[in-house]
Amino acid sequence: MSHVALASPPPAGPPLSGDALVSLRGIGKSFNNGTVALSGLNLDIHDGEFLSLLGPSGCGKSTVLRLIAKLAAPSGGTIDMRGDAELGFVFQEPTLMPWSSVFNNVYLPLRVRGVSRAEAKPRVEEALEQVGLSAFAHSYPRELSGGMKMRVSIARALVMRPALLLMDEPFAALDEITRTRLNDDLIRLQAKLRSTIVFVTHSVYESVYLSSRIVVMAARPGRVVADITIDEPQPRGEDFRLCAFYAERCRETSAALSAAMGANDVRLD
Amino acid sequence: MNRLLEIALPSAVFLCALLGWEFIVWWEAIPPYVLPAPSRILYTLYTDWGTLFGSLLVTVRITFEALFTAIVGGVALALLFAQSRLVERAFFPFAVALQVTPIVAIAPLLLIYLSSSTAVLTCAFLVAFFPILSNTALGLASADHNLVDLFELYRASKWQQLIWLRLPAALPYFLGGVRIGGGLALIGAIVAEIAAGSAGAGSGLAFRIVESGFLLNIPRMFAALTLISVAGILIYLFFAALSNVLLRRWHDSARSREG
Repeated sequence: MSHVALASPPPAGPPLSGDALVSLRGIGKSFNNGTVALSGLNLDIHDGEFLSLLGPSGCGKSTVLRLIAKLAAPSGGTIDMRGDAELGFVFQEPTLMPWSSVFNNVYLPLRVRGVSRAEAKPRVEEALEQVGLSAFAHSYPRELSGGMKMRVSIARALVMRPALLLMDEPFAALDEITRTRLNDDLIRLQAKLRSTIVFVTHSVYESVYLSSRIVVMAARPGRVVADITIDEPQPRGEDFRLCAFYAERCRETSAALSAAMGANDVRLD
Repeated sequence: MNRLLEIALPSAVFLCALLGWEFIVWWEAIPPYVLPAPSRILYTLYTDWGTLFGSLLVTVRITFEALFTAIVGGVALALLFAQSRLVERAFFPFAVALQVTPIVAIAPLLLIYLSSSTAVLTCAFLVAFFPILSNTALGLASADHNLVDLFELYRASKWQQLIWLRLPAALPYFLGGVRIGGGLALIGAIVAEIAAGSAGAGSGLAFRIVESGFLLNIPRMFAALTLISVAGILIYLFFAALSNVLLRRWHDSARSREG
């Protein structure tokens, strides 16, 4: 049912698969202060995947997202993206413009591309409906709860109908109840939109629940140490959390994560 | 209830202070050319209203002209600073040097080089300019870096980033600068007029104070002083209200706390 593979050592990376949406080869990234964030990282992202990047803090998982989004340039290696795939980015914080209404926040990506307000209106309304915030188009961010702000942030990413949605620990700052609801909503959305999602998290349970594939990373330098497939059809629901298969995958993923941390002699007491 | 107390309490304390002043002047029989009672000041305001009000208009007009020039100059320079750190490095020392040199010390020099009305305006401009420049520059640089990333991701032009991100993000800082600059412009105008003294053909409130001093007309000095204070308070309240209207919907500084 599942498949666990330890990634091959960096220099002899897996061959480039032609059907990947994004393909990272031998990626290295070091910062000006000498920190090596990533070294020899190989990763293929396929269409329709829900890929979680899981790892301890400092393993460079957020850096991978920034590199894919071209918000940073790699120090070495190549990133190939098929065509000019539209990207969406969701940050850990909602990152809304507090001076703009919910509508204008979601309208922003289209506005930047020169789409008129009248033309954009149905698309903005559709995006707001997808996250269940149709009634709040004219509210301002500070009038919303943390979970609702995050929904606006997701709607803003969806309004461009992205082929690839990059999410950087989007629910980490939310309470457990809100996070569970947003997890379920995200599963439902992906099943409907069939978009590819790369999701950065440090929660084993969240990643197993959401993902079709989990890539476990280790730190210093950041690299891929395990690639786990979760063979359970989407959409998943509450009963998935209760089944033995889920528990088994969580155990497996935890073990891979522990191994990744052990590689750095990090001990959790 | 709470709100009523918020207004009533300071008003009551202020009134008590005035009554105390009135009482002491009456009890000790202090002559008005030493210390006029509040009632005497009020009476002078009434009798000399024509002269004083005319002077008030002159001073307020200079203040607003200086403030307007400072806003245009300060924002323009802040925008220039935001374009390149090199420009900021090159010009910021000048702005700081102007700011830390006391205006009283510059005024006599300006009065030699410029006509007295231009000199007064320049002094008021110089003191109002710096807080507006430094606040606006800080505001332009303090846009949420994740939002900056988002604008980059969607390949927004520099212009779009300025209009939709940096300017709105700078607005609360700018308004704070204007609130400080408004009060300082008034002080700058007064200081320059005093420095100009009898040499100035000016007829602003500070000139009235100098003139009344020569004539030992102490009640009128107090009356002019009262008008300056009131003008300063009104200018501050005006910009506080403006800032509240502009930021009410989104900024924490204008938030009324519930509960």
